[in-house]
Amino acid sequence: MNDIIKIFIDGREIEACQGEKILDAALRNNINIPNLCYDKKLSCTGSCRMCIVSIEDRPVNVPACSTVVENGMKIIAFNDKLEAERKVILDLILSMHNDDCINCVKDGSCDLQDLAFRYDLGRGKRTFHPMWGDAAEYSDSSSQVLNYDATKCIQCQKCIKACQEIQGKGILTLENRGIEAVVSTGYNQWSDSKCDGCGECAQVCPVGALTMKFVYTDGKRFRDKDISKITGTTCPYCGVGCQLDVHTNSENQIIKVTGSESLPNLGSTCVKGRFGLQYSGHKERLKSPMIRRGNSLVECSWNEALAFTAEKLKEIKSIHGGADMIAGMSSARCTNEDNYLFQKFMRTVIGTNNVDHCARICHGSTVASMLTSLGSGAMTNAIADFEKADVIFVTGSNTTETHPVIATAIKRAVLNNNARLIVADPRKIDLVRYAAVWMKQKNGTDIALANGLIHVILKESLQKDDFIKNRTEGFEELKKSVEKYTPEYVEKITGVPADKIIEAARIYGTAQRASIAWTMGITQHACGTDNVTALTNLAVITGNIGREGTGLNPLRGQNNVQGACDMGAQWDSYPGYFQVENETAKNRFESLWKTKLSSKNGIPLTEIMDAVLEGRLKSLYIMGENPAVSEPDLNHTVEALKSLDLLIVQDIFLNETAQYAHVVFPAASALEKNGTFTNTERRVIPVRKVLNMPGQAKEDWEIIQDLAAGMGYFWNYRSWEDIMKEINLVVPQYSGITPERINKGELIQWPCPDSKHPGTSILHGEKFTRGKALLQAVEHIPPAEETSEEYPFVLSTGRNLFHYHTGTMTRKSIALNSFCSDPYFEMNEDDMRELAINEGEKVKILSRRGEIIISARSSKRVEKENLFLPFHFAEAAANMLTINALDPKSKMAELKVCAVNIKRL
Amino acid sequence: MIKQHVFVWDPTPSNSSAVYNYLVKKVNERDLGESIEVYRSTYIGLTSGTPIIRILPKNIIYTKFEQEDLGEIFESIVSDEVVDRFICEYDAKLAPVSERDKQSKQFKIVLRNVGYLDPESIEEYISRGGYKALEKAIFEMDPDRVIKEIKDSGLRGRGGGGFSTGLKWELTRKEPGAEKFVICNADEGDPGAYMDRAVLEGDPHTIVEGMAIGAYAVGCKEGFIYVRAEYPLAIERLEKAISDAKKYGLLGDNILGSEFSFNLELRWGAGAFVCGEETALMASIEGKRGNPKPRPPFPSQSGLWKKPSFINNVETWANIPPIVEKGSGWFSSIGVGRSKGTKVFAVTGKVKDPGLIEVPMGTTFREIVYDLCGGILDNKKFKAVQTGGPSGGVIPEKFIDMSVDYETLMSIGSMMGSGGLIVMDQSDCMVDVNKFYLQFSVDESCGKCAPCRIGGKQLLDLISKITDGKGDKKDIQKIKNISNAMQKASLCALGQTTPNPVLSAMHYFEEEYMEHISDKKCRTGKCSNLVQYMIIPEKCIGCTACALKCPVKCISGEKKKPHIIDQKFCIKCGECFNACKFNAIVRG
Repeated sequence: MNDIIKIFIDGREIEACQGEKILDAALRNNINIPNLCYDKKLSCTGSCRMCIVSIEDRPVNVPACSTVVENGMKIIAFNDKLEAERKVILDLILSMHNDDCINCVKDGSCDLQDLAFRYDLGRGKRTFHPMWGDAAEYSDSSSQVLNYDATKCIQCQKCIKACQEIQGKGILTLENRGIEAVVSTGYNQWSDSKCDGCGECAQVCPVGALTMKFVYTDGKRFRDKDISKITGTTCPYCGVGCQLDVHTNSENQIIKVTGSESLPNLGSTCVKGRFGLQYSGHKERLKSPMIRRGNSLVECSWNEALAFTAEKLKEIKSIHGGADMIAGMSSARCTNEDNYLFQKFMRTVIGTNNVDHCARICHGSTVASMLTSLGSGAMTNAIADFEKADVIFVTGSNTTETHPVIATAIKRAVLNNNARLIVADPRKIDLVRYAAVWMKQKNGTDIALANGLIHVILKESLQKDDFIKNRTEGFEELKKSVEKYTPEYVEKITGVPADKIIEAARIYGTAQRASIAWTMGITQHACGTDNVTALTNLAVITGNIGREGTGLNPLRGQNNVQGACDMGAQWDSYPGYFQVENETAKNRFESLWKTKLSSKNGIPLTEIMDAVLEGRLKSLYIMGENPAVSEPDLNHTVEALKSLDLLIVQDIFLNETAQYAHVVFPAASALEKNGTFTNTERRVIPVRKVLNMPGQAKEDWEIIQDLAAGMGYFWNYRSWEDIMKEINLVVPQYSGITPERINKGELIQWPCPDSKHPGTSILHGEKFTRGKALLQAVEHIPPAEETSEEYPFVLSTGRNLFHYHTGTMTRKSIALNSFCSDPYFEMNEDDMRELAINEGEKVKILSRRGEIIISARSSKRVEKENLFLPFHFAEAAANMLTINALDPKSKMAELKVCAVNIKRL
Repeated sequence: MIKQHVFVWDPTPSNSSAVYNYLVKKVNERDLGESIEVYRSTYIGLTSGTPIIRILPKNIIYTKFEQEDLGEIFESIVSDEVVDRFICEYDAKLAPVSERDKQSKQFKIVLRNVGYLDPESIEEYISRGGYKALEKAIFEMDPDRVIKEIKDSGLRGRGGGGFSTGLKWELTRKEPGAEKFVICNADEGDPGAYMDRAVLEGDPHTIVEGMAIGAYAVGCKEGFIYVRAEYPLAIERLEKAISDAKKYGLLGDNILGSEFSFNLELRWGAGAFVCGEETALMASIEGKRGNPKPRPPFPSQSGLWKKPSFINNVETWANIPPIVEKGSGWFSSIGVGRSKGTKVFAVTGKVKDPGLIEVPMGTTFREIVYDLCGGILDNKKFKAVQTGGPSGGVIPEKFIDMSVDYETLMSIGSMMGSGGLIVMDQSDCMVDVNKFYLQFSVDESCGKCAPCRIGGKQLLDLISKITDGKGDKKDIQKIKNISNAMQKASLCALGQTTPNPVLSAMHYFEEEYMEHISDKKCRTGKCSNLVQYMIIPEKCIGCTACALKCPVKCISGEKKKPHIIDQKFCIKCGECFNACKFNAIVRG
């Protein structure tokens, strides 16, 4: 891209790119100019001054890290004078560094130690008296996950810059001046600050000043040289799919976790990925199969558990229509291979399409909508594209807490690239701080808002007429339908001032490259599908799709929710989104799987509990899900679980759902198995075994294969690779994503039609998957349940940064619990005052379906008469309150809006 | 009767000045507002620990009065009379306006209005020819012509660097981009320097006008004055000047009805010396921690908010309107060699008559010290003069006849600096002076780059070791090593120049340094750990003068009998030494 020029370093001719810094060019050519504050990912600081070089014919030395190369530049990197000056500077730096290397966790991996050795500056060789002692008063170990030792800090500012420039948070700063300058959060102590513990700072610290607490080893310290293995795998939490380097010692114990310098996270993680993996080795892990004897579950052998289950399943299957009386819940937490086999088990061994997973209450509505309008339900662009956008519209997504590492990309776009951010959210979420416009719509009014934006765009002729003409259908109907959505009309529905709607529409409408991102705030509504359709209309009419930096980007919630959908763990589609009710598709799969298949749609996840209570389902096989906490209207769910003839739970913990199980299979966690996940951007990423499985636990696919064998179906998969090879044949999008390529480290985005294809970063480039994009008129529908005198508050549920879903994994982490351990809900501070509720006071929240007791937290984020309740806590489960009102198009439950009341105890 | 303009300068905070308040009250009581106007004034060229009253148009200056004399002074103003006994003795620095006075050796360009007009009256500024230069620039010159005029004048940055002002403007003008910023650096911070304060408080409109001309020439719509918060009166007057200029159409949209629009805002510095460094200053305006950034990119390429920006200090800006008005030829005829125009100095230290002076470049130190400042205090012997404050160097007596200009000062190891000039006599210890400047630089280091952050402190520790009598010869090499590394490798000028005072003192006063190290002696007695005061019993007549002066009462003895100093409690202040009229106390 950049022109290549020639420079000379110490007489050696080397090639450099126009615009790059001398140090970059030197290091690339193995000319090892010493440096301490330089990091390729960060802007130049120029503070350590170790990289000073001379340039011929220039009077003064320059730092190589900040000086741009020029053609023909003659640089002197090493001569006696420069080296002597560097040695003095290093000597000075060492006089302000507590060189207790013998007792430092960075011993052996410390940049300063390396330089001291290189310049022969052992203690006896130094000139200047040590002065670091006074810095001790600034050391701070109050953070839940980090330690700051000011006596070792060399003020290189990498941590400060990583926090600002990579994470976009700006928590850290230098405090004091001169010799007393130290890194600080600006608060009394670290734990008072807004630091959320992502640990990016500790990852870049070149010395032992900022280090991660040893959360995995109860504080027992280890050095890098104590680490015997580093395994690259995928984070088991959200859909970003961060690549992690998990460091283990010779006893197969996790020592620490760092972010891998690869896509999609480029070295970053959030607090959960770095510090929240303790669950894997937790003492409560299931170690043995269990079977119900009377009122209790008792441990048993695999043979007994499998034989019992197979017999029972055969028994139910044998009654008339029995196959359809069995349903399976697959898991977005399990690998593609697990999911593929699970649905294959349900479809071929059981003979039903009753298989689904939590996508139904996640992006089910997204997939339903985008499949119809575009032909593909997945995120159209890559995560990296956020940084190429000039406008980003985030709606219904508290990205900072739900997809923390994607939020950093959005923040970087704003902070480093001057992209403009539009946020539409009823809550004053963290991203609002970065936003050019914040539209605070009422819960459940997203269609009106999007239609209002389209209205303004059309009125001001900001749409892309060519694009509409050549690549879409249905524009005229859409145009007509949005006519009435004037800013004033939309203001009445949404509560967003008309001028903000106009401002946002202009920003979005005039963008060169605009990206839309959303999550559950859009999808978890009874009108979820239409919500997505409205956003699709907005992107399509402005031509913001099919190009870099644009797109419709549903951020998938779970690590493998994309993969589980791709693998056909869905009630209405086979792997690769072939519809089960389509005869050709059925024939295709009958010939691939060499068996007869049901032509009838299965029961969607959100209707399963109703079906159980209606007697249409007698057995449930639940792999890696916890419906007893995650389903809407829990009283209803528990009643259903209790009434089953056979409940099979396959999990890593004896979770709330397992309390009602007849048989329990212990499974391997994501850290204990091999396979693949597919992240939110359709990238197939590796899951690699880090730890050994506890007790008799097995990988999910093995359990499924064993159960199939018990049912008389003898498969012969020996590894995840065998299953992936079959997926390559069955799922067209995955054809070229072979186990060989994955093992080589390729991280490919589907569709990838053959083994030479590099994968597809951007969908719908030349044409839409369905040909032309279908613009569909959608109208505002009020939420299923509106507030009343009896239930005057609107309750919304969602995630908190420190926990994940039903908390089975994150709540086992002492580190994460130290940030947030107990259930709470957020309430507007004025409402709290009016109801005389104190901070932290336990109150009762009631809905028409149930009630919970939970402590109140005053918040500036929520509006008056609105409540926000994280759903991670089984003891105060949000879903006791939520409503099971379903979106007719996608069977999504309206988890984001229900009416509740609050009572003081 | 002609209206009397009374300017009051008071070292106490201006709003609590008893002199000012008294005179205002009197004027109001007697309802004399029509004939007498009282102003809070700036320095008028005199440094005095006591208040100063200056009465125009007669230019009467009173310094030698007490609070109880105010009534008499007031009555004299009312009756338009002069009371001789209050009149200031040294009026050499109070040169007539603008043209060179042979006798005083001053030449006032920058300070042309300071002390001669009501700084809060735009009308007065205009009546003295103010804003004529701006008008001329906008309507008679195109921007390139203005830049050429400034370039040709030979004006160089008065903040200390000495970079060609016109060239800086030209470079910024040539940068692409519609948005550019002009900045005035009013973060004056060298110890003992108050040249800019005088202009800001005494003639704020000249800065506004200068900046407007600069903005016109370079193509800026917005400008900032970064003024230290410790100058509240300057802030108050700048705010008024800006708002008045807006009212008169001299700032804002379509200035004087032309196409040219320019807005000016104030930003307060929060007390960091390093914010006088341009990249740190710009970081501070942006709301960030005031830390310098590596250059390149230079501010002309990527400055404030990454837009092309240029920055000049107060004194430089004050030169702009006269140059535009009178032409580059007039300006370049003043001065010497490549140093054109005048320089304002704040002369402090051991001179009889310290104060603010403006002299043509090329004036000698001797002229400054002896002709303009009355010579050395108590007629002691001149030892050295420090220019450039903590960044400069010390100039020994042998160079007292050197011309004060950029090149000469550099050649003898010092620098022009912003204009602080501290005169030292034989009682000043050069090592101790170095310690003072180092302490200042160490306190003011931002802490960003290693050589300055750590090197400065190590230097200070080494010097302290020497003044404590614990130095050894190896320390000299260490000092040289650190100094070299700091000069070569520090990020900004603060670190690069921190060692300057030490290096120049070690060069010119090597003997004195070595005395401290080898003989553990301080010839001046300033380094208290190297000094012991003893009473020679044979000479002591027991007059008790020393015992009475001793602040810690550690001298005892009966009257008319030899006294004794209790070394345990002696703080080595030297008071006894000075008090003894019989040479009975020795310093050893």
